[in-house]
Amino acid sequence: MLTLEGLVIRQGEFVLRADLVVPAGAQVAVMGPSGAGKSTLLSVIGGFFDADEGRILWEGERIDTFAPGKRPVATIFQDNNLFPHMSAAENVALGIRPSGRLSRDERERVDEALVAVGLDGFEDRKPGSLSGGQQSRVAFARALLQERPLLLLDEPFAALGPAMRGEMQALVGDLARERGRTMLMVTHDPGDARRIGGETILVADGRAAAPMATDELLRDPPPALRDYLGS
Amino acid sequence: MARRPQPLIFAGAAAASLVAALVAGSLVAVLSRAEGGALSPGDWAAVRFTLWQAVVSAALSVGLAVPVARALARRQFPGRGLLVTLLGAPFILPVIVAILGLLMVFGRAGWVNDAGAALGLPPLSIYGAHGVILAHVFFNLPLATRLILQGWQAIPAERFRLAASLGMARGDIARHIEWPMLRAVVPGAALVVFMICTTSFAVALTLGGGPRATTIELAIYQAFRFDFELGRAALLALLQLAVTAGFGALALWVAVPEAMGRGLDRVVRRWDLGPAWGDAVWIALASAFLLTPLLALLLRGLPAMIGLPGSVWVAAGHSIWVAAVSATTCTGTALAIAVAAARVRRGRSIELAGMLGLAASPLVLGTGLFIVTYPFARPDTLALPVTALVNTVMALPFALRALVPAVQRVEEEYAPLAASLGMGDAVWARRVLWPRLRRPLGFSAGLAAALSMGDLGVIALFADTESATLPLQLYRLMGAYRMDDAAGAAVLLLALSLAAFWICDRGGRVDADA
Repeated sequence: MLTLEGLVIRQGEFVLRADLVVPAGAQVAVMGPSGAGKSTLLSVIGGFFDADEGRILWEGERIDTFAPGKRPVATIFQDNNLFPHMSAAENVALGIRPSGRLSRDERERVDEALVAVGLDGFEDRKPGSLSGGQQSRVAFARALLQERPLLLLDEPFAALGPAMRGEMQALVGDLARERGRTMLMVTHDPGDARRIGGETILVADGRAAAPMATDELLRDPPPALRDYLGS
Repeated sequence: MARRPQPLIFAGAAAASLVAALVAGSLVAVLSRAEGGALSPGDWAAVRFTLWQAVVSAALSVGLAVPVARALARRQFPGRGLLVTLLGAPFILPVIVAILGLLMVFGRAGWVNDAGAALGLPPLSIYGAHGVILAHVFFNLPLATRLILQGWQAIPAERFRLAASLGMARGDIARHIEWPMLRAVVPGAALVVFMICTTSFAVALTLGGGPRATTIELAIYQAFRFDFELGRAALLALLQLAVTAGFGALALWVAVPEAMGRGLDRVVRRWDLGPAWGDAVWIALASAFLLTPLLALLLRGLPAMIGLPGSVWVAAGHSIWVAAVSATTCTGTALAIAVAAARVRRGRSIELAGMLGLAASPLVLGTGLFIVTYPFARPDTLALPVTALVNTVMALPFALRALVPAVQRVEEEYAPLAASLGMGDAVWARRVLWPRLRRPLGFSAGLAAALSMGDLGVIALFADTESATLPLQLYRLMGAYRMDDAAGAAVLLLALSLAAFWICDRGGRVDADA
């Protein structure tokens, strides 16, 4: 269970407040107009940006005092998810240990993760020779190996075409569910939110609302969301 | 927030402090020894000549560079890429080598005078103020051309398309598009050339001299070498410092263009071009002016390489040592400073400390180091280390310009990912920084190696016959009129400089992923 307790994030004029709970194992879309603070919220949870007030807890334990690498959080960013000078397998290996020096068993786990995301046989390819969708798969394979219960995705598939995006979301959702990860995924597309299923956190008007069932939210959107959707 | 351990920052801060201490220490030493009292008329003449020849050299270089750059910017022809690359070569071409090449063409027994004699014309002399200016134009015309070419290529192609669709005439395009660009770029380019020419030593040493063509740098050297008047040398060094620092401050106000820019390989499509012969003439003249001296040198020097005296090979060994040391120290220092500058909140001051070498000329630093070390050690025993050290400081600003933005980019792009993976400093340095920075590191090392390989400056203050570097040995051969040996040594020096640059730069590129 992820708890955001009295969180206040300020960036100049911009203020975002969050006071909410995400149950363990939930699949949550984070939706809202651009500039509302979706990415900022994720980077505060991931530890890349400090909140001004409030606490972040995972399973009742405070985590906002930890460095990003010490939090129970794996993040997939919008871009720069892979080191371009390392092969796919080397990039994935960083999820087990940042030095990338692995035992034989761990090497097998890297191969298994690549198979799980459908990249069997691509171990030695560098990111430059992979398609956008394949790069996302490598980043996701690494996030799986990180063995961290909370998975944050900041529009990682925004650059992909609609078909590939749907495919990646299905893959990510299935694997996260299968392995019991709690997932927060930023998106600006209600279609994406629906595909993720589960719940949606609406970020708008300086507030991140508590998660609501996505279907209900979209059936009867609050004013802020209605303005954004334009329906 | 990303809480990083700090050792990488300490290394950079320490490196920057060392550089600052070295520069400041030299200046304090110069200050302490400078003898009060009036400057002699000769000293004032040196100041006047330094400024005058720099103004003339800058005006000529930039004035000639504008039509050449325009021709290159709008014409596509076979060999254009090679020519643009060659325009970057003077950075790593040893000054003394180019001077010898110019002598082979414009000197007393050079090609021009041979041709003139055949036509019954009186002989031209390359020695004196006009020779100094000729050499400065030779060196700075390519630089100015590249700077202005960058200005031309920074004009978006859409603007020429728009001009064509509006039916603008050639004059309109010049007035609305090209003039504004030149007004923005030319002052900076001229200032860069002017600054380079105010610290001219090797050119003035070989082609100038005497009451009418002595620069301040040369006067410092003469006060040392011939009169052994440390006090006067120090006073002259202060003058030089005032000139460099004064115009350096001016450079902060004028937008000085970046000399290392890449992406000069495309030609914008234009619809306003007249016949090509005008541009062709400019390109042909510039190429002939720049390439003939090197060709003359190669023709004379290559056969002479077989019989080179042993002293030349010994000197070559010294030069390789100096180049290797200063390439290593310069690159290491620049890397440490760049990393610290990217990580510390007010990192700019660390970076500026590394740039301090720009404020002092090589001979000013050399004078200071001479004053500091003279009581303790014989100058000739320190000649090589001091040369390596001064060249490290001199090449550092170039290395920083290549490395600081590169390190910043790596930090911006990959620091969050590294933090989320829990990467420590050591792993970050080995697995991310090093592989991502190989290109700029190789380029910096190559530049530092080539610069110090060809440097004829401080070494002239410190060296005796035993501890000469190759450029100094070459200068001595020229002084003894052993022109065949000199030409052979010059070809050797040219080959070493190019090889030093190529090996380092290549090492950074091979197998590096963009």
